[in-house]
Amino acid sequence: MELGPIFRAMLKAKAGYILIALQIAVTMTIMVNAIAIMQEKNDAIARESGMDEANTFAFSSTSFEPDADMRSLVEEDLDTIRNLPGVRSAVASNSYPLRQGGWSEGLQLEPDANSSDSIGSAIYFVDEHGVDSFGATIIDGQNFTPNQVSFKDPESNTWPAYGIVTEALAKELFPEEQTSVVGKTIYLGDNDPINIVAVIDRLQAPWQSWTGVERSMLIPQRRLGTYQTYIVRTEPGYRDELMPQVEELLANSNKGRIIRSMTTMDHVRMRAYLDESAMVTMLTFIVTLLVIITGLGIVGLASFNVSRRTRQIGIRRALGANKFAIMRYFMVENFIVSSVGIATGGILAVLLNILMVNAFGLQPLSWYVIPIAMLVLWLVGQIAVAGPARRASNITPAIATRSG
Amino acid sequence: MFRYYLRLGLLSIRANPALSALMVAAIAIGIGACMTIVNVRHVMSDNPIEHKNDVLYHVQVDNWSPDEPYEEPDLPPEQLSYLDAKALYDAKRAFRQVVSFKSDRVVQPAGEDARPFQETVRATTADFFAMFDVPFAFGSGWDEAADQSEERVVVLASGLNEELFGGKNSVGELLRMNDETYRIVGVLAPWTPVPKFYDVNNNPFEEPERLFLPFSLAISGEFGSNGNTSCWKTVGDGGYEAFLASECIWMQMWVELEDATQRQEYEQFLNAYVSEQKLLGRFPREMNNRLSTPAEWLQNRDVVDDHVSMLLSLAVLFLVVCLLNTIGLLLAKVMRRTNDTSLRRALGANKSALFSQYIIEAGLIGMAGGLLGIGLTWLGLQGIENLYAEYEFIKNLVRMDWSMIFLAVALAIASALGAALYPTWRACSISPATTLRIQ
Repeated sequence: MELGPIFRAMLKAKAGYILIALQIAVTMTIMVNAIAIMQEKNDAIARESGMDEANTFAFSSTSFEPDADMRSLVEEDLDTIRNLPGVRSAVASNSYPLRQGGWSEGLQLEPDANSSDSIGSAIYFVDEHGVDSFGATIIDGQNFTPNQVSFKDPESNTWPAYGIVTEALAKELFPEEQTSVVGKTIYLGDNDPINIVAVIDRLQAPWQSWTGVERSMLIPQRRLGTYQTYIVRTEPGYRDELMPQVEELLANSNKGRIIRSMTTMDHVRMRAYLDESAMVTMLTFIVTLLVIITGLGIVGLASFNVSRRTRQIGIRRALGANKFAIMRYFMVENFIVSSVGIATGGILAVLLNILMVNAFGLQPLSWYVIPIAMLVLWLVGQIAVAGPARRASNITPAIATRSG
Repeated sequence: MFRYYLRLGLLSIRANPALSALMVAAIAIGIGACMTIVNVRHVMSDNPIEHKNDVLYHVQVDNWSPDEPYEEPDLPPEQLSYLDAKALYDAKRAFRQVVSFKSDRVVQPAGEDARPFQETVRATTADFFAMFDVPFAFGSGWDEAADQSEERVVVLASGLNEELFGGKNSVGELLRMNDETYRIVGVLAPWTPVPKFYDVNNNPFEEPERLFLPFSLAISGEFGSNGNTSCWKTVGDGGYEAFLASECIWMQMWVELEDATQRQEYEQFLNAYVSEQKLLGRFPREMNNRLSTPAEWLQNRDVVDDHVSMLLSLAVLFLVVCLLNTIGLLLAKVMRRTNDTSLRRALGANKSALFSQYIIEAGLIGMAGGLLGIGLTWLGLQGIENLYAEYEFIKNLVRMDWSMIFLAVALAIASALGAALYPTWRACSISPATTLRIQ
């Protein structure tokens, strides 16, 4: 191939080529980093909450009458819901995964230990229906029995003696343990002992951006505050018809409270990850526009080069070069410019990524992003230059005989 | 001459419509992308109480655990416990002082079919309205006497007054909440400080609460917090009383200090207070009191989202690509016109005449790109609003700012002129003799 002559010809008018190469380099920098950010966001979005999200809905009940009998109200509500056809399981709790607001406590292995050694965990207050309503699976031990479930005395802050932990929390608490953690005792807050009765596969904490998001503990207690959150898991296909039904039934059963925030888990997920998914959309948009602009820039410059060299092309054709050779000339020229740009871009991209990792705590780049971006940009360059190159190849040798 | 160059510029732009359109589009898209993010960032990093930045201070004391700081590197908690909020407030050592927390109530509108609904409320003290320059449409806030006597009074935000009373002057009317009757003493004019500087703990961009009522009343009524509550010690037995007596943090405090002397005195007062509490066995950590101005506080709490900063850095690079694109295309255009240029030079046009001509042409392209860019910025903001439609507060962040619009056009023209410099210089340095001889 005529790499040498092409390269020497490019050096004659280097400014234009340097500009295109720079443009490709910066495009590559943005592209690689945008893809890195998108990957991180998509990974976050793809994590499972542990719930049977497709078949679960949740809502809150706020009682506003002073002296409301919360104990019987919650019992009646749960009875009503659990007896509806299509309901698989229901529980009153304080929160649920992806909800953003919840309760957390520090757990430790020894009573009165230094609080900086404690391990944070989300707390969900439930009854014996909690595991099934949250869609979790017990992988070790036994579920709470009904008589382990206590009612919270508003004047006392003593914790129940039992707890069910997620596998991730168990691993964090007992990293060395090879067999079973069931039966072990952990301490909550200052020194309330909690006996682990079971381990569940997975149940996320309510804060999806928390680093300890996989650490949760179920506590068999019913808290009698005026504010209750209900989680209802239905048989497949019943969710949408049950939601208005439940709302209607509960709203009518007691006029001294309001039912609000009736929402499907699908919607909760969408809301929780809205920022991440919006970010992915925006970055996709930016990268697409960018590639189009760079592509058009290449088309513009190549067209200009073709028209400027019309006469030379004609002469080459007259001297025996075939159409393919002319086309190849422009394609190779673009390949050289792209390669310089891509190589520079690769370095800039890594530098920017290091900056971003430091400034925003982003995950470092995956190794394959750079080769993918390289391929894409090479391809875009070749496609962009193809049009002008074909036009160049159609220049007739007769042009050579005319004066410029 | 200017008009002549303008005409030449327009002619030249018209002579290469596709190339010119590409340049205008590239600048417009670059400006649009950049300005959309700059606009959002500008709104996010605004300080809505700037005019009182030198007199308002957010108060922090460090009542956290002896084992670890509240937040690295050794930062005091961002909120106060009830114990400290109450004691510091009661001492009344500042010109004005406000303690507050976020809670909620169920509003029971009058009328048979009206459905009760839940609203977030701010329990606060009398100075809140004067301290933060909160505008009133009708009536006023309550006074200190009302704070002390736990009077059942309430101030409505303009939106809620619209919903409940059709926007009329409702001062003196009664409002039922949680089966208790409150007297309305004031209705606010529309007031949406962005960010919500007085409490940035939950979402700094959400709307202010729509109900304000006396702090003392909320405490005696055992209102819970609807914001963040953090505790480093287990709360003892005894219900709400025990919670009030705990080291849990859930309240915000601001003071107004008129000058440096007052500020100094207040710092001394805080130190004395903490020392005294240490003697009582509280405050196990080193003395770590902070008074932050609103600007410092917003900065410390880092209300500007990381995502916005990330997008901004990419958008700026995006603009760089668009400009490189424009430089390349302008250069191509200049080179294609080498013959014209040489001919004009040979006929007597000097370099400065050529320079003016090309710069004016570039300026025109920049202006067109800038104007189009404003349109694209508007579209971009609409797009962001749509993407985040699920968040009610997004509308507060996507408003277009006139200073931003001016900046957009200026940036576009400056970019185009900057982009034109090198190609213009190349054009001016064409030697007419060489070029013409080749012909």
